[in-house]
Amino acid sequence: MGIRVLSDKCVGCKVCVSACPFGAITVVERKAVIGDACTLCGSCVPSCKFQAIELTRSEKVNTDLASYQGVWVFAEQREGRLAEVVLELLGEGRKLADTLGQELVAVLLGHDVAGLAGELIAYGADRVFLAEHPDLRHFLEDSYTQVLTDLIREHKPNIVLIGATAAGRSLAPRVAARVRTGLTADCTGLAIDPATLNLQQTRPAFGGNLMATILCPNHRPQMATVRPKVFKALARDDARQGEVVRVDLAKAVFDLKARILEVIKLQEGPSVNLQEANIIVSGGRGLCDPKNFKLVEDLAAVLGGAVGASRAAVDAGWVSYPHQVGQTGKTVGPKVYFACGIHGAIQHLAGMQSSDIIIAINKNPEAPIFKVATFGLVGDALEILPALTEEFKKAIG
Amino acid sequence: MKIVVCVKQVPGTTEVKMNPETNTLIREGIPNVVNPFDLYAVEEALRLKERFGGTVTALCMGPPSAAEQLKEVISLGVDEAFLISNRAFAGADTLATAYTLSKAVEKVGDVDLVLCGKQAIDGDTAQVGPELAENLGWAHLTYVRKINDVTDGKLVAERMTDEGYERVELQLPALLTVVKEINEPRMPSLKGMMRAKKAEIPVWGPEDLGVEADRIGLNGSPTQVWKTFVPEHRVEGEIFTGEVSEQVKALVQRLIEKKIVSV
Ligand SMILES: Cc1cc2nc3c(=O)[nH]c(=O)nc-3n(C[C@H](O)[C@H](O)[C@H](O)COP(=O)(O)OP(=O)(O)OC[C@H]3O[C@@H](n4cnc5c(N)ncnc54)[C@H](O)[C@@H]3O)c2cc1C
Ligand SMILES: Nc1ncnc2c1ncn2[C@@H]1O[C@H](COP(=O)(O)O)[C@@H](O)[C@H]1O
Repeated sequence: MGIRVLSDKCVGCKVCVSACPFGAITVVERKAVIGDACTLCGSCVPSCKFQAIELTRSEKVNTDLASYQGVWVFAEQREGRLAEVVLELLGEGRKLADTLGQELVAVLLGHDVAGLAGELIAYGADRVFLAEHPDLRHFLEDSYTQVLTDLIREHKPNIVLIGATAAGRSLAPRVAARVRTGLTADCTGLAIDPATLNLQQTRPAFGGNLMATILCPNHRPQMATVRPKVFKALARDDARQGEVVRVDLAKAVFDLKARILEVIKLQEGPSVNLQEANIIVSGGRGLCDPKNFKLVEDLAAVLGGAVGASRAAVDAGWVSYPHQVGQTGKTVGPKVYFACGIHGAIQHLAGMQSSDIIIAINKNPEAPIFKVATFGLVGDALEILPALTEEFKKAIG
Repeated sequence: MKIVVCVKQVPGTTEVKMNPETNTLIREGIPNVVNPFDLYAVEEALRLKERFGGTVTALCMGPPSAAEQLKEVISLGVDEAFLISNRAFAGADTLATAYTLSKAVEKVGDVDLVLCGKQAIDGDTAQVGPELAENLGWAHLTYVRKINDVTDGKLVAERMTDEGYERVELQLPALLTVVKEINEPRMPSLKGMMRAKKAEIPVWGPEDLGVEADRIGLNGSPTQVWKTFVPEHRVEGEIFTGEVSEQVKALVQRLIEKKIVSV
């Protein structure tokens, strides 16, 4: 195991020097030298046109890869309602399954949730594994991991996709560790490599400054979590046919080391319901003062939209965390996204780029937010916002 | 109570910058720090120790320079710290990291509780905590915002969900990942800084932990980085300039054309 430069092939072109995210490569006497900062991440290997960098690992293929078939989607439900991301995963999973010529399976765990199976089929699933048990009524790591891993071991899926929700981000690593496979967090792109049929999983790294495409070539299943609002659901088609397979849990005994004592739901007002809003008006540090945030709220109110914010505005305490959009906040994909006094840092873009129309209001014409904007208004948000609110009021009547 | 906190060394900046000419991360002048979320885990461990007695041990897997980060948490009041460091651990993904850390927790021995940060700000995966718990065979909770009580081998904590929060009772030993709402981390004390300065940080390698060679580092990592690239963002946008009133009218007109606003 390790990395080395094949000095007979290296021409000292320095392409690998820029490919290394850790600055670990230098060129000494026209040959690349890999220093101690190397983390064996492998970024340099494909960058070399001369195949002069060799990363060797013990390529122990620990399973019979071809016996793993099918694309699975974990159908997270809460109190009998499917999480929105499940439909999005079915939409993307359908494409992957069709490319591979394999089936798309939804795995539904819960109690009294059989009614959801038809919905999963209408949104793209060929088959639904339905696992019902009183201990599965509410999400718990112990019981959910046990059922999902048992199913994986028995049916050997090729790919398992899980929404990057609070529950999904707790369940997915637990399952991956139990079946000892790789897991890629928060993917924003999934594709099948035509040559190897491996799943290419693309995700932001280093705060979104770099995108990394990750493979899990020698282990199955290939597992990924995907953030909500990254992929699009298919249109519901109730004429679609599919099969519902009941998982026999009659004799199941769950080793429950945890017990839920109380579930508290915090009522979110419509202004924070960012993930369902068609219009979002977001404010950033450019609003200069907490009281100016009112201008954002006024515009949102006129348009019937939700209120979002950059992290800088949240960190400054102008607005609460549930409003935060971006890599460490919510991912949103409304029809219209207003970014008012928001610079457009990559971490913010990561959370709103898939919006249909992006409207940027910023006094600095060089702000990166304009690079993603469908429409840009260059000027002082404190003047533009009230004028815009008035103009919309007039237009809407 | 014997508590372990897992702390990671990360580049200490919230604004990782790229060099636009070479498309590489600018690392010069960026000091390493303790992953910010892990400081909340350290603080919570210290508070549990103050409430229930016991010891707090910090573990970090990383390069030799990560000893600095372990010294920092000693200055906050952590009793002892071990650095898991060896070339053989390099290239570890979350599965290999979690396995390695689990062997270290076992080596510490008789641990009741492991605390981790919610996620590391460099990779943002939030996977190591749950994978570590699985390797240990313990229960875990993620996104914990409050530890209510610890009695009779059980712990009650509140974890955040997408809709609010839940109060959950867990059997010990267990692992929790914590969010920043849980507490307000303390500053180092003068005494702590003196102790940190003198502290020797023992280094554990593969032999010390008795790890299986094919489950650590690059070889123990199922995921492989296939390529990295800088994201492209440009769209052909329409930029309005000039008088505010004209800009505003032009925008509303466009949205009417696109049937976003109906008149
Ligand atoms: C790991 C990581 C995760 C992160 N996650 C997130 C995240 O989830 N969400 C997020 O938003 N950020 C996130 N960030 C932070 C991000 O890098 C930026 O710091 C943040 O988005 C900046 O917010 P801002 O644009 O409001 O503020 P600033 O960067 O201060 O920008 C203010 C903008 O307002 C403009 N302006 C000033 N005055 C006016 C005026 N009167 N009228 C009009 N325009 C004006 C300025 O020209 C400037 O462009 C993260 C960072 C890291 C490292
Ligand atoms: N190399 C490491 N050494 C010690 N703790 C780690 C390491 N990597 C991750 N952790 C812990 O796991 C948490 C989640 O990390 P991650 O899964 O990388 O986002 C961190 O907040 C740390 O508490």
